[in-house]
Parts: sequence; structure tokens; C-alpha cells
Amino acid sequence: MNAIATDPAIAGRPAAARAPSRFLGLYRRGGWLALGAFALITIVVLPALHLAFPAGHPLHVSSFWIALVGKIMCYAMLAVALDLVWGYAGILSLGHGLFFALGGYALGMYLMRSIGRDGVYGSLLPDFMVFLDWKAYPWYWAGTDSFLYAAALVVLVPGILAFVFGFFAFRSRIKGVYFSIITQALTFAFMLLFFRNNTGFGGNNGFTDFKRILGFTITTPETKAALFAITAATLTVTLLACRYIVTSKLGRVLTGIRDSESRLAFCGYNTLWFKLFVWTFSAVLAGVAGALYVPQVGIINPGEMSPANSIEAVIWVAVGGRGTLVGAIIGAFLVNGAKSWFTGAFPEYWLFFLGAIFVLVTLVLPRGVVGLWSQLRGRRG
Amino acid sequence: MSAVPEQPGAAAAATAQFGRAIEPGALDTAHGAILYLEDITVSFDGFKALNALSLDISVGELRCIIGPNGAGKTTMMDVITGKTRPDAGRAFFGQTLDLTTMTEAEIAHAGIGRKFQRPTVFGNHSVFENLELAMKTDKRVRPTLFARLTGEQAAAIDRTLALVGLTEVARRPAGLLSHGQKQWLEIGILLLGEPQLLLLDEPVAGMTDSETERTAELLLGLAGKHSVVVVEHDMDFVTRIARKVTVLHEGSVLAEGDMEAIQANERVIEVYLGR
Repeated sequence: MNAIATDPAIAGRPAAARAPSRFLGLYRRGGWLALGAFALITIVVLPALHLAFPAGHPLHVSSFWIALVGKIMCYAMLAVALDLVWGYAGILSLGHGLFFALGGYALGMYLMRSIGRDGVYGSLLPDFMVFLDWKAYPWYWAGTDSFLYAAALVVLVPGILAFVFGFFAFRSRIKGVYFSIITQALTFAFMLLFFRNNTGFGGNNGFTDFKRILGFTITTPETKAALFAITAATLTVTLLACRYIVTSKLGRVLTGIRDSESRLAFCGYNTLWFKLFVWTFSAVLAGVAGALYVPQVGIINPGEMSPANSIEAVIWVAVGGRGTLVGAIIGAFLVNGAKSWFTGAFPEYWLFFLGAIFVLVTLVLPRGVVGLWSQLRGRRG
Repeated sequence: MSAVPEQPGAAAAATAQFGRAIEPGALDTAHGAILYLEDITVSFDGFKALNALSLDISVGELRCIIGPNGAGKTTMMDVITGKTRPDAGRAFFGQTLDLTTMTEAEIAHAGIGRKFQRPTVFGNHSVFENLELAMKTDKRVRPTLFARLTGEQAAAIDRTLALVGLTEVARRPAGLLSHGQKQWLEIGILLLGEPQLLLLDEPVAGMTDSETERTAELLLGLAGKHSVVVVEHDMDFVTRIARKVTVLHEGSVLAEGDMEAIQANERVIEVYLGR
């Protein structure tokens, strides 16, 4: 039996949703207010403060903070995607970093080509290709000078890979820890592939030294602020879309898969397609998060595909509270915020600290920070 | 996306063409019988679990099947639901549906619902949601994502809740129900699939006396509307609900008739009831 209860707002939901529309019913009033405040601050206030006030002014938000929070919001999106499959459908992926990285590489190809002749060697080819003495782009780089095509790849590459992989895994009824191990192996295999120079993605250096995106210089405060706002808006939409899914009947089918898949099959559901849908959707979200990450951080390399990265994402979700969506965002902010501070203050001890967090959360807060909060609130009420 | 046909009309036409119907509407019970088993034989490594078993169930009948352990009761259920293929013999659902050629999913879709011994419900979903998931609707991915409960569907769930006596606990997570309540919920889940024939494997195992009594009332209420086959060991319970009882022994029918005749039957007393 799975110990993780469904969100109380979903469990015991009455016959017809009380709210006037399906969309407004996604959250109760407090939830909408909190989400609205988050969206307003991240989409409007922080970027505006970054641009409107000069450095040194007390209201100025420094580029350090914009970069840090922007990066964490991408991680938060990855965490929400992971929570959708793990927290609701019970599919624990230890390889979601792969989809994140593939989305990043897809947009990275466009960013590399936007460098034009401004690279070190002054060639239209990226520096690493010149270095390898390649004379032309390999075939799979075709069309990547178009932003729209690269944006389509951001969705299609993780999506198609997840669909094909998921189809065979779910059809063979691979579940639980076996599935997790295979996802781990998958991301590891891709990491080794991308480390190779011959693969044509820059080997262990990956892509970096981006100059511009859509014609805008990538390092200006305006571009940074715009990327930040777009990331914040995408994160908000992602959260709402996932919330829509998990509060729908399909969401109840997903938790049914987690708790008793055979009973669902007896009820006439073909669980393969439900798992495949949510798995593919989650991978696409992870890919989009990666695509937003790369221009802000300025680099993508195979390190993003390392198994440790994917496991860290699982820790964010566990810390925030599995099966709550919003917990995934909170967990991503808490752990990465702590990481940012720790790696500055005590760089050698961060991994010990991270391990300690995971052990503590598993022992003391099995339902994460969000679970603790609702527990406290329930006790008081 | 899934194997379920796009349109009911097209499906009916297709099945008519291939002469093998899987739509519940195609169930033909014109002759008054819903299930025929004829000379069914199943052997496992030479052991005959079923030995030329013949049995028929009428529409709306409540039939109890009893017999000692190893008499073949569960194997018979497995044959009817397509889990086990018979080595010989014929099994028909209504006049036209040959159960020996259909898959488990097709049989379930055609209208045979089976309750297993151990109740399986969705523990984290409320009782109401358990029934919502079981409801007979389009169960492909997209319709499920955008599904909204109609008033009619909510009413059907409320009726079922009342029927199985779980109206009071409709909002409770099913995992917190008592054993008896879980069994009733599972019967409710089966009923919402609108089966023509219900197979219940030991529905009162592990129940308290009062729960057993309520289950008896529930099953008696279902008879007439659904055809119900109950496999049970609890003789008091069988006496309470049985109209017609079939006794299995060593894979075939030993005796059949009303409860009094069965209890007076010499051979039944010898092999099963005891003197």
C-alpha cells in the first residue's frame, strides 16, 4: 500500500466540482492568491526592479539574484514534471535530467548557430567543429539556425524519446525499481554518448559562449530580465496544466495506476496509454525547462545528464512533498537555495548536507514540507 | 490511441461482419439462459480440475455453487472469465458469444464481472471516486482527461452507493473502510460496469455475522436485475440466499437443485456436508 495520500483537495471531492468553471476550481482562493502573488513577483516585479534601478540602489535586484532565481525556476519546472509521474502515477524516473538536457541541447544548437562568425576561429561552424577539423555541419544540425525549428526540437526530441522508451517499457510491464534503474541507465548511456567528440555536440565541453538569442545580445540585463520573466510565466503555466491533469478524472486514473493497476485494468482502462501520456508529457515539460535553462546559464554539457543530477531532482520533490506539485517547486527552491549558500560557505560539505537532508526528510517528513504544513494546519483546525 | 473502437455503430457493424460480437448489446439471451457450459474439461498436468462439467445459468438467476476444496469452483470461474482455456467443451455467454475464443478484456467488456476473494479497491480514492472510475464510459485517454461528471452519472453513482449501503461513507478514502465495506464497494464497482452476469468468489469470507446478513440482503436485491453466480463455503449464508444450488465434486456437477433437496441428497452428504 502506498503511504502517500492524495492531496486532500482532490480526495473526497464532491460529485460535480463546486467551482463555476473547471479552471477556477483548480485551486481554492488561498491557492490562487499565493499563485497570483508568485506570478506577479517573478514575472513582473523582479525583472522590473532589475532593470529600473541602477546597481547599488537599495531596490535594485542584482544580476546574481536574477541568474540564481531564474536557474532555480527551471529546476522547479523539472521538479514539477517529475512529481507528475512520480507523485501521481507512481513512476519513479531517475533519468529526468536526460530530457532536461536534451531540451537544452536542442535550443543550444540554435544558440551555437546564432554565434555566427563571432567565435574564436571566425568560422560559421562552432569552435569545437573547427577544432575537430569538420568542414560542414552534420546532417542532424540541419535547420537548427531557425529558432522555430529548434523550439520544435525542444518538444519533439524529449517527447519522442520518452514515447518510444515508455512504450516498450510499459508494454513489457516494467515497473517500480526496475523501471527506475533503466531510466538511470538510459541517462548514463546518453551522457557517455554526448561525451564523445564524434557525436557532434561539443563533447565534454558541450555548448557555451553564446552571443545572442533571436537577435538580442544574450548578456544584456534586458535579455536576462526577459528570459527570467518568460521562465516564470512558463513555470506558472506548467503548474496550472499539471494541476488540471491531476484534478481531472485522468488524474484519478493515474493515482489508481499507482495504487492498484490491475483493478484499473479490470475496470476497462488500458493503463499503457495513460502511463505513456503522462510520461511523455512530463518529458516534454522537462525538455522545455532545459531549453529555458541553457540561455540563462550560458552553458550545456553532458554533465547535465549525469545520474547524480537526476537523483538530485528526485530529492527536490521528496523534500517539497511528493504528489503535491507545488511541493516540487518549494523543494527545488529550498534545496537549490541551500546549495547556493552552502557551496559558497562550506564548499566541501555540500554533498554531506544534501545526503543528510534526504535521510532526514525520509525519516521525519515522509510527506515533505507541504505535508508538514498541512499536518500543522490540520492539527490547529 | 487505444483498441476501443471509435464509434459504437461502426463496432457493431464490424463485429456483425466477423460474426463474433463483443458489444454487450449483442448478447442474445432470447432462450432465457445467460451462461452455458457444456462438457468443459480442464486438466493441469494430467489432473482434471474440471471433468466434463455442464452447467447453465438463467437470466436474472442467483445461483450458489458449493463444493469441497479442489472441486473446481475457481477453475470454473477462470474458464468463464477467459483466464483459463478449457481443453474441451463449449462455453457460451448468451446464445452467441463463445467465451473460449474471447480474451479476458473482451469478456469483461461483454458484460461478465468478477469479484475476487481478496477485495481490491483504490485505497487513496474516496468511495465515490472508486465508483466514478468504474463507471461505464469512454475510457480512452483524452475523454478521461476532459471528463466531467454529468448529473445522470452522479445519480447512477448515488443509486449504487445506496444499493451497497455506502452512502454515509461516500467521501471516505476506501483504504479506511472495514473489510465488509470494501467487499460491498467492490460489488458496487462491478455493478457500475453494468454487467449481465456477476461472478462472486466467496463474498462473505472474513465478514462478521451482521455484515454477512447485509451481504445476503444485497445479493437477494440484485437477483432478478442481474444474473449472479456465488461461490461460497459458508453454508448458513448459502442457505440464506440460495434458490438453486449446484454442488461440484471432482470437477463435475454432483447435484443440483434447491437447498432442501441438496441437503437431503445422500451423495452430497457423503462427499461434502458430512453426516
